[in-house]
Amino acid sequence: MKILVTAKRVEDPESKIKVKPDGSGIVPEGLKYKINPFDEIAVEEALRLSAAHTGDVVVVSIGTKDVHEQLRHALAMGATKAVWVNHTGALDQLAIARLLQKVVEKEKPDLVILGKQSIDDDQNQVGQYLAEFLGWSQATFASKVEALDSDAEKNKQPGLKLTADKKGLTVVREVDGGLSTLECSLPAVVTTDLRLNQPRYASLPGIMKAKSKPIEELTPAALAVDVAPKLTVTKLSSPPARKAGIKVADVPALVEKLKNEAKAF
Amino acid sequence: MSRAAITDLYRIDDLLSPDERQIRDTVASFVDREYLPHVGKHFRDGTFPTALVPKLAELGVFGAALKGYGCAGLSNVAYGLILQELERADSGLRSFASVQSSLCMYPIHAYGSEAQKERWLPGMAAGKLIGCFGLTEPDFGSDPGGMRTVARKDGDHYVLNGSKLWITNGSIADVAVVWAKVDGGAADSIQGFLVEKGMPGFTAKEIKGKFSLRASYTSELSFSDVRVPAANVLPKVKGLKGPLSCLNHARAGIAFAVMGAAVACFEGARDYALSRVQFGKPIAGFQLTQEKLADMLQEIVKGQLLGLRLLRLKDEHGKVSPEQVSLCKRNNVKVALDIARVARGIYGANGVTDEYPPVRHMLNLESVYTYEGTHEVHTLILGKAITGLDAFGAV
Ligand SMILES: Cc1cc2nc3c(=O)[nH]c(=O)nc-3n(C[C@H](O)[C@H](O)[C@H](O)COP(=O)(O)OP(=O)(O)OC[C@H]3O[C@@H](n4cnc5c(N)ncnc54)[C@H](O)[C@@H]3O)c2cc1C
Repeated sequence: MKILVTAKRVEDPESKIKVKPDGSGIVPEGLKYKINPFDEIAVEEALRLSAAHTGDVVVVSIGTKDVHEQLRHALAMGATKAVWVNHTGALDQLAIARLLQKVVEKEKPDLVILGKQSIDDDQNQVGQYLAEFLGWSQATFASKVEALDSDAEKNKQPGLKLTADKKGLTVVREVDGGLSTLECSLPAVVTTDLRLNQPRYASLPGIMKAKSKPIEELTPAALAVDVAPKLTVTKLSSPPARKAGIKVADVPALVEKLKNEAKAF
Repeated sequence: MSRAAITDLYRIDDLLSPDERQIRDTVASFVDREYLPHVGKHFRDGTFPTALVPKLAELGVFGAALKGYGCAGLSNVAYGLILQELERADSGLRSFASVQSSLCMYPIHAYGSEAQKERWLPGMAAGKLIGCFGLTEPDFGSDPGGMRTVARKDGDHYVLNGSKLWITNGSIADVAVVWAKVDGGAADSIQGFLVEKGMPGFTAKEIKGKFSLRASYTSELSFSDVRVPAANVLPKVKGLKGPLSCLNHARAGIAFAVMGAAVACFEGARDYALSRVQFGKPIAGFQLTQEKLADMLQEIVKGQLLGLRLLRLKDEHGKVSPEQVSLCKRNNVKVALDIARVARGIYGANGVTDEYPPVRHMLNLESVYTYEGTHEVHTLILGKAITGLDAFGAV
């Protein structure tokens, strides 16, 4: 079973993120980057499935050479090979989905797993577009029935399960107020939610081994995708600064304030 | 903990290869998630986090710089970076890794028979077997050549008698590398014995009442007519150079690692000083505080460059001389200890509690100042190298 996963490079949420004064973007100095956490969950799930059913895990990232860091991270976790789509500049979700579509057509995986969204611009579109462009079935927000501290999770059991005839996939999805279970035919596109698994740490020997794993380079031109954005970001702004809190003398004073000032009830 | 950009003012990161950085960052996030939230409680309760051992083994931490037998085969620089991150959490965890890797796996790897290597190393790399190193005795610390532990040959066994004190991991170890004089000989008769847990006459007792390295077990080992098979003697080394070469190996890693505690104290003190307001402004705004922070950063940058150079030398030449190691251990442990003490002060009264890290690092570093060759012993090693005159003994 061949699985393709994505590894987007995003700002580390622990870095202090500042918006440029003119609102045209964020200040790049002093920022750290990491793999999009939802993509890391996708890599983990793919590795578990491929361990259970044997097969390759191919990881894709789009961007400048900096994304090699995220590709290497996924390779160190255990992915078999990497594909780097070399591109500098902004991309919208449509362009990303088109590029991924071409990579999928080239790699011919049985399954694509990607994060439900990336934590930088929180769009939640690429997986859905990709399934549509490929004409494949899709299951979004994949989750796990078992809790993340359960034995199933400790034993690194995959949350996605192949059906008995191996032609389909059972996916538990996180929906408002509960879980829904879907069965979809393969090939399919699955997007991951937070509670699907706990990604492993890359092992240190894995990091060394990753150095000799191949990273194939492609370009939008070679994939014949027009990436001119149809969507442009016009302005970024920081959330308003939190006002300083106050101390209240006692509980009645707190209730009074909640009632009359905050209008909480 | 997110790292402050100022800490790497000299872009020491650029002196590391991408895989070295990736190794460091992996261990850093492991420590941030798996240990920092719990370290205060372990220190308070005086317990070692044994649950982390299999997880660290899965990462490939134990014996990371050794080749084969299930070890990761990383460079000494990578090994030092791993230790630095463990030390940033707590010197107790780093001590465990140092002892397991450099003081127990290393002698078996370097001086053991093929059968000994096969028997112990894969299990130790996997964290299933724990090791310790017994050199120091109640009456012989800085001067181990005087040791009284003896091994008497008896057929295909040796009979071991004596005791060892201050032995890290002693009470939880499956195997102890114990150094003893053979058949009443002098220091040149010293050999290493693999003493196994449960061998009749061998006991390990935890030492209580430590104010330092509380999240690490330190023990007394006693040997009373312990019959050790001759097959458990490390065959390839004799004399004091056996234990001393292990220590040289361990010290090089430790000399670099202590900068992890220094970084934790510096970054913590900086954050604290920026948020603590007195006299209407953050205490970081006072010149006296700024001088303290400037001194800390300056020593961290120097200490890291020194440590990195030491481990690069080791990677390039396959070894480093005791003098090279002494200079770095002597400098870095001292500056880390000074940084921890000054950081402790910046935290004011909060700094004397275990709610904040500096006093824990400060207390831990008191042990590091003493073990692996005291500060004074390293001064004497350097003094001898500089002058050619031996200032150690009576003669
Ligand atoms: C927490 C902890 C863990 C340890 N773990 C281990 C372990 O796993 N295995 C192991 O074998 N040992 C271990 N040790 C022991 C450690 O290596 C010794 O404590 C150290 O070698 C010093 O020996 P000592 O304590 O007997 O001090 P001493 O040698 O008695 O020294 C006392 C003081 O005298 C000074 N001094 C001694 N000789 C001279 C001299 N010639 N000139 C000037 N000053 C001198 C010393 O520098 C020191 O300040 C550990 C110690 C601690 C505290």
